[in-house]
Amino acid sequence: MSDPMRIRATEKDGVVDVKILMKHDMESGQRKDASGKLIPAWFINMLNVKAQGKDVFNAEFGPGVSKDPFLNFKYKGSKGDKLVVNWIDTKGDKRTDEATVS
Amino acid sequence: MSKLLMKRIQWISVLALMCWSLQSFSQSTADDIAKYREMIADGNPSELYEMAGEALWKKSAGPKNASLEKCNLGLGPGVVDGAAAQLPRYFKDTNRVQDLESRLMTCMETLQGISAQSIIDAKFGEGPKKDMDAIVAYVVTHSKGKKVQVSTAHPQEKAMYEMGKQAFYYEAGPFDFSCASCHGSNGKRIRLQDLPNLTTHEGAIAGWGSWPAYRVSSGQFWTMQQRLNDCFRQQRFPFPIYGSDVTIALSMYMAKNANGGMIQTPGLKR
Amino acid sequence: MKFFLSILLAFAWFASPVYGQQKPDTPFNRMMKDSFRSQGIAGLDRIVQDATQRFCSNPQFAASPAGLKKAEELQKLNMETIAQPSDGQYLGDWKSGEAIAQSGRGDTWSDSASTTNGGGCYNCHQINQKEIAYGNIGPSLWNYGKNRGYSQEVITYTWNRISNSKAYNACSNMPRFAHFKILDQKQIQDVMALLLDPASPVNQ
Repeated sequence: MSDPMRIRATEKDGVVDVKILMKHDMESGQRKDASGKLIPAWFINMLNVKAQGKDVFNAEFGPGVSKDPFLNFKYKGSKGDKLVVNWIDTKGDKRTDEATVS
Repeated sequence: MSKLLMKRIQWISVLALMCWSLQSFSQSTADDIAKYREMIADGNPSELYEMAGEALWKKSAGPKNASLEKCNLGLGPGVVDGAAAQLPRYFKDTNRVQDLESRLMTCMETLQGISAQSIIDAKFGEGPKKDMDAIVAYVVTHSKGKKVQVSTAHPQEKAMYEMGKQAFYYEAGPFDFSCASCHGSNGKRIRLQDLPNLTTHEGAIAGWGSWPAYRVSSGQFWTMQQRLNDCFRQQRFPFPIYGSDVTIALSMYMAKNANGGMIQTPGLKR
Repeated sequence: MKFFLSILLAFAWFASPVYGQQKPDTPFNRMMKDSFRSQGIAGLDRIVQDATQRFCSNPQFAASPAGLKKAEELQKLNMETIAQPSDGQYLGDWKSGEAIAQSGRGDTWSDSASTTNGGGCYNCHQINQKEIAYGNIGPSLWNYGKNRGYSQEVITYTWNRISNSKAYNACSNMPRFAHFKILDQKQIQDVMALLLDPASPVNQ
């Protein structure tokens, strides 16, 4: 069961500034544990953000993105926009969270 | 101007430039680290712990199937606002001075029936300690921006402060280290990590006011108990028991020295 | 008379630093005893202080006239425990020495008994100027040999200082590397070479 994201979105002069903080270990697959074994890769690889039902951000993350990723982007939008953020990771685990632009 | 004088001036200015750049190099390294901190402060992952902590505070758990919403952290049952700012403090019901984590263990035991020993025995960041991290994040967020206000009016509080001071200067182990070895004077630095002088007000608030914190380098949220634990590890001491009196005494020492200073927890560290 | 003398002798023996002082049962001592447990290679015995540690844990007394006198006694005691190298060799390999100076490993409860200890020197000292990640708790050691020369006096002083810094300064912040077997003889010889081999990068 994945942990909730923290989403903050504020609009100014027709531009919405979106900040998303995700909780995820983001294992690159390169790290070794205490016994020297490689920790298997496990990371968010697909991220999608919709505002008012339309895609405003799409990303494919690779193993280079670090733990508990913080994402910040802007799009043209308005106060009250309904944001839906969802991600899928390499194990097929998913997470969807919503927020309203203030 | 004679050629010789010109050459001399050139050499002196080259030397001066080298000296200045060497000194400013280490200064600019410190500046860059400060800039980096500013950049990552925008999305402090401590907020994720705080969110999880709020959920745990309100969730029914343990054999008694109760939430922590009646937990008394010193300002009344369930009062979280400003609670961390006045800890550690004396509690009448347990007749001892307690810090935030030991007090939370008391609440978990009395309200929820969860054994304190199970939390003490758990590894940092795992199981019941993982929940504790989140709850601590939630509680300290409600003291962010407030001033440290610990009292030493009660004789046990005063005694704890004095014992904390004595523990601070206690040299032991194969390295002869005490807390004071690293945190006992101004301007000390291990490698490139500046160390606050915890015996002064400025140093104490820098230390006490910024932990618990999320450490970007390890991707972990560390409470003050964990910070103290790892200090003792690096001092080559034996293992301080979670929530033990020496950890509370040292916390009292730092908190009182920090009195009046601004709390910035949950913090963010490199 | 003889009986009285032997009682006196026994009393003196038990009170002497050789036997060790009985720890008074104060709340503080109880707190220290009860707040720690053994973990890995870090045993509870580490909480027991020797005379030097006990003295330095009271900075107010240490700075007093009586304290300064006691400090001299402790410095002498520490000096007497220092052993010179068994093979008569003071300098080893500076490349090894640099590695030892860089490593801060060993002696913690998360290390095993077989971990190779480092000296952690860069934690507190500048040594090779090329290394910018250095601490300032101790003085800079850049050009150590170049500045002081390579006489036997300097060599012996440096050997002693690394082995037991408290032979010169009772409350020195520097660990007693030979005294507590943090580094072995070969490792100290290698660190010595880092500082006192004319070919070491530190002396260029």
